[in-house]
Amino acid sequence: MTRKTKTRQTSFPKLPKALTGIQGFDEITGGGLPLGRPTLISGGAGSGKTMFALEFLVRGAMQFSEPGVFISFEETLPDLARNAASLGFNLDRLVADKKLFLDHISISRSEISGTGEFDLDGLFIRIADAVKQVGAKRVVLDTIEALFGELPNPGILRAEIRRLFGWLKQKGLTTVITAERDRPERLTRHGIEEFVSDCVIVLDHRIREEISTRRLRVVKYRGSTHGTNEYPFLIDENGISVLPISSLGLDHAAPNARISTGIDRLDGMMGGKGFFRGSSILLSGTAGTGKTSVSAHFVDAACRRGERCLYFAFEESPRQVVRNMRSIGIDLEPWVKKGLLRFHAARPTYGGIEEILLVAHKHIGSFRPDVVVVDPITNLLTVSTLGEVRSMLTRLVDFLKTQEITAVFTSLTATGGSLEATEADVSSLMDTWLLLKAIEVGGERNRAVYVLKSRGMEHSNQIREFVLTNDGLRLLDVYLGPDGVLTGSARMSQEGRERAESTSRRQQQEGRGRELDRKRQIFEARMTMLRAEFEVEEANLQRSMSEAKLLDAELLQDRGQMVRSREADVLVYKGNGATAKGNGDARKGNGQASDVRTR
Amino acid sequence: MAKEKTTPPARKWKPKPPKVWKLRLYVAGESPKSLRAVTNLKVLCEEHLRGRYQIEVIDLLDKPHMARGDQIVAIPTLVVKLPKIVRKIIGDLSDADRVLVGLALEPLG
Repeated sequence: MTRKTKTRQTSFPKLPKALTGIQGFDEITGGGLPLGRPTLISGGAGSGKTMFALEFLVRGAMQFSEPGVFISFEETLPDLARNAASLGFNLDRLVADKKLFLDHISISRSEISGTGEFDLDGLFIRIADAVKQVGAKRVVLDTIEALFGELPNPGILRAEIRRLFGWLKQKGLTTVITAERDRPERLTRHGIEEFVSDCVIVLDHRIREEISTRRLRVVKYRGSTHGTNEYPFLIDENGISVLPISSLGLDHAAPNARISTGIDRLDGMMGGKGFFRGSSILLSGTAGTGKTSVSAHFVDAACRRGERCLYFAFEESPRQVVRNMRSIGIDLEPWVKKGLLRFHAARPTYGGIEEILLVAHKHIGSFRPDVVVVDPITNLLTVSTLGEVRSMLTRLVDFLKTQEITAVFTSLTATGGSLEATEADVSSLMDTWLLLKAIEVGGERNRAVYVLKSRGMEHSNQIREFVLTNDGLRLLDVYLGPDGVLTGSARMSQEGRERAESTSRRQQQEGRGRELDRKRQIFEARMTMLRAEFEVEEANLQRSMSEAKLLDAELLQDRGQMVRSREADVLVYKGNGATAKGNGDARKGNGQASDVRTR
Repeated sequence: MAKEKTTPPARKWKPKPPKVWKLRLYVAGESPKSLRAVTNLKVLCEEHLRGRYQIEVIDLLDKPHMARGDQIVAIPTLVVKLPKIVRKIIGDLSDADRVLVGLALEPLG
């Protein structure tokens, strides 16, 4: 960085310049007006030529110890003093201190008659005398072309004015010559720009869509680089401020420090630490999604840390913001009283877009905030075109970044429009984009927030529902249903439904357990019954077996009796060794016997 | 340049304007234009206002601050101090008729 500035300094062939002290002008011209040379300031009526010239002189006298001479060809000295007072300059004191010399040249055509040749030595002498009296280094001629209306013989006048410029240059006086531009195609009524070869600046006061913007352009600057853009400028109680359209470059620092959003769980969505200090945050959302509330939390948290906050309210008055935020439990008033929070509330239509930017610059410059809120940026579109708003915001963001100011911009998304398209199309300028969204379902609107992007940090990809309570904004637990995030009563009913389902599942489970028990009991009962049946059968079987035995025995007995009665061979039934045979025989015999018997 | 005063005897030659004409001529150094203007003025006054005029020649190189009082820008400038007509005649006064009109002295007939 140091090397860069060094080379920059040495590589510029320096044209000596005189600082004007006009805010922003010295930046765009690289050091002010050409030193010791005349500069032409051309512009239409009311474009701020006199103011520019006056500020150049006054600042020269006050800040750079270069006394000045103001030769007015139009305004009287009291008028001039009054004009200067409106810029906050006290001309009378400067005159009394011999830092400024004012002269009003008033001649009127009606009392002049010309006879023959003349020159402007009278004017030369007056200027020379004035310069001598205060030791002036700077001269203003406002507006020298007025002489053409009052003196005869324009040919002589032109030649004399040319001589005058040469003379001023020769004297080494840094001179501002104002000229009225009556038509766009020429810079001055009488073509005196021909005589000013060094520097020509054009001021313009234009009205577009009923909003006026002042602009300045360096048309010519011999021997010096200069911005060729049109630079918007503002005249207010602190004088003129010119604003460079584009910032110097993208070389602002990128702090690693993080600051809380003021909402714990929102911090949680961004790696648990919140925003980067010095980053730009876009809060976009449709109407009523809580943009201001989120901003208020952020402001509140910043003030709690003892940081200074600047709040640009383009839609609500400060009191309204304070009152509304109290309803969600954020009291901003103590911070206002402590001087930590400052509101700047104005309808953007009050001034043009450039004026807003300049006012913002001014406030930021004087208040030196750590945190800035612009609520909302979309209101700016009512006063300007998209391109201008974008360019203005680019400059504002760049400016804030160079100052390491953390900035929150809210943006109202039109209902029906794509949520992820910001009206001002500024998302690419922003480091972090929080999207606030209304989810309409089941006849209600619920709010949700998600981090659409956040450069350089991990961040949650979830859509989180939040509610605005008396105690601030609260992010709720994530509730995902089958159709995405559930919010509001849908969430509650889904929660309820799931609770009910789980109960019934549990009951079912219990029921199944009981069923099994019952089945077991039945099974066991059946077992008992079967066993009992079995036992019965077994008993029957045993009984029938013993009966059969008995019967056999009886039969045997009977047969014995029969044999005996028939006096058959007794031996058959004696002798154990021949039992089987004997049995078979016996059975035969039995059969025979039964035959016998049945017979 | 030093002041030149020609104070004539106050008595009348014509009855009409009895006043004294007080004229002041602003010049810057001894430039040809300035010298020409002084000469032209003297001739003219002798011709039309003999004995009734005073001419004061002011060299702004000597008295630059005087330029402011009479709002002098162009040189030479003739300012009529008396009679009280608000009039400035710019130039080397080479056109006598126009000077006379400027002085509100009707040119002959």
